[in-house]
Amino acid sequence: MIELNVQTIAFLIFAACILGGALGVVTTRNLIHATLYLVLSLFGAAGFFVLLSAPFMAAVQVLVYIGAIAILIVFAVMLTRSMTRLRDIYNRQWVMSAIAAGLLFVLLMVGVILPVWGVGGAQAGREVSEVVASTAELGTALVSPNQFVLPFEVASLLLTAAMIGAIVIARDDE
Amino acid sequence: MESVCSINNFVQCLLNLGIAPDLAQFINILLGVVLVAIVPLVTVIMLIYIERKVAARVQDRIGPNRVGPYGLLQSVADAVKLLTKEDITPLGADKFIYNLAPIIAFASVILVWAVIPFTPLHVGADLSIGVLYFMAVSSIGTVKVVVAGWSSNNKYALLGAFRTIAQLLSYEVPLVLALLIPVMLAGTMSMQGITIAQQGMWFIVMAPVAAVIFFIANLAEAGRAPFDLIEAESEIIAGYNIEYSGFKFGMFMAAEFIHAFTIAVLAAVIFLGGWSGPFVHEVPVLGFIYLGIKTFIIYLFSLVLRSTVPRVRIDQLMAFNWKFLVPISIINVLMTAFLLQVVRALGLAPDPAQATDFVANLPQAVILLLGNLVVIGIVLTMIRNTGRRQRLEDEARHAAALERELERVSAPAGD
Repeated sequence: MIELNVQTIAFLIFAACILGGALGVVTTRNLIHATLYLVLSLFGAAGFFVLLSAPFMAAVQVLVYIGAIAILIVFAVMLTRSMTRLRDIYNRQWVMSAIAAGLLFVLLMVGVILPVWGVGGAQAGREVSEVVASTAELGTALVSPNQFVLPFEVASLLLTAAMIGAIVIARDDE
Repeated sequence: MESVCSINNFVQCLLNLGIAPDLAQFINILLGVVLVAIVPLVTVIMLIYIERKVAARVQDRIGPNRVGPYGLLQSVADAVKLLTKEDITPLGADKFIYNLAPIIAFASVILVWAVIPFTPLHVGADLSIGVLYFMAVSSIGTVKVVVAGWSSNNKYALLGAFRTIAQLLSYEVPLVLALLIPVMLAGTMSMQGITIAQQGMWFIVMAPVAAVIFFIANLAEAGRAPFDLIEAESEIIAGYNIEYSGFKFGMFMAAEFIHAFTIAVLAAVIFLGGWSGPFVHEVPVLGFIYLGIKTFIIYLFSLVLRSTVPRVRIDQLMAFNWKFLVPISIINVLMTAFLLQVVRALGLAPDPAQATDFVANLPQAVILLLGNLVVIGIVLTMIRNTGRRQRLEDEARHAAALERELERVSAPAGD
């Protein structure tokens, strides 16, 4: 039996946000509504980060995904205005996509979730840490040679390349 | 002592009454939330009056003076007027989203107040990521513009929203870069931590460039003059909130007024030492008064600025951000980081034990101030050179035009 305390209630609310938002994204015919449902879903994910004692990740989630990416999606949708008032279903491939999504879900459950967090898994029975890791620790971990400096630098390089690419595309031909 | 219930032992007090721990904590947090949210909500009534009065004085008028003594009740009359206006929802508007936008606008501003430390003891939530939280919450403010502009089903609202988003997203860049500097100086992102780090020396002394950039970028984020393109009546009628009427419009306006006040509070907390002042540790309530005084000085400054500077054009706005503020912010961050390391290597940084001592902070502050002055000097020289080049070009063009004109006149016509 799950103990009913503030954290459990918060977890349930956030889970409802994520699942409800995700369902809304795929069921609504209005693309702007879909984007706003996506924002709701991402909010729920930020709430999960707070529950997992990772406030830094929560703030970054809101800042990057809601403040920047969701806005960009809204922009892309608004600039294609004829797409915002869909009345008909464009194609009948929702069965295929539902099967694909279901398969992906099963694959993730069998391949990742159950072996790691399931019964007898490597991380099974591990308590959620009450200690809130400080931002300083996160920063050190990102640049320490023994930890994550390589992925960090690779990601930085990738972002720089993407930024230069964006500038080249947006530039007027001279 | 245990029988005395005060705000500092409220949870204990509830527990003594036999309330479950979870519930007691919930009530405590709920009360805190309500108290913190009430501060800006009550202040905004006075802010509108102060703003109109200051603007009137700058323009050599008297301002509101009819309702109540000194016109003090003018804001109440305004609010009643807004309430009695017809609440219009345009045909073809997306109703749910249309009604959601004013709420998002209000929430994104009020939420910032959660991390503002009022006194050494009283802060809504002393998050370890306070500065980042501020950025995250204010980035939600962009959502309101998109949502309001799109759901109104009005092309001017949508055009206004496009412009506004460009402005809000652009000015977040120098804002973040300016916020990096107090975070570097304090070594923490918590608002309370930043205030405590300024006990010896205010950050405005060590980082005046960052303070000015923070102020300018925040003015743009709040959509205050000279960056009030958000509601440029003469160009795009009114901007993203054109279709709103009655109290929904009032919520947008109130959110803007609170935002303007919030940026003053944040500037006071981050650069002017927040609640710190004499005897604040003996009598914590004094901190609230100190913070209020500092906030109002900055707020009055922004009000005078608002009523004296003309509105910028959208191309000037973007050029000013990307070609001026952002480069300076980046140079400023690099310079401050370098100087901080130099100060630490030379052993001039104040000992943690005497960090609150003014004299111990002096060497570090002087070095950082000199670094800032160099940046200011370089910037002013560059502005001067650019201005001169432009002036010389203009003069040369004028001279050439004059010469052509003279030739045309002196040339014998028709012969």
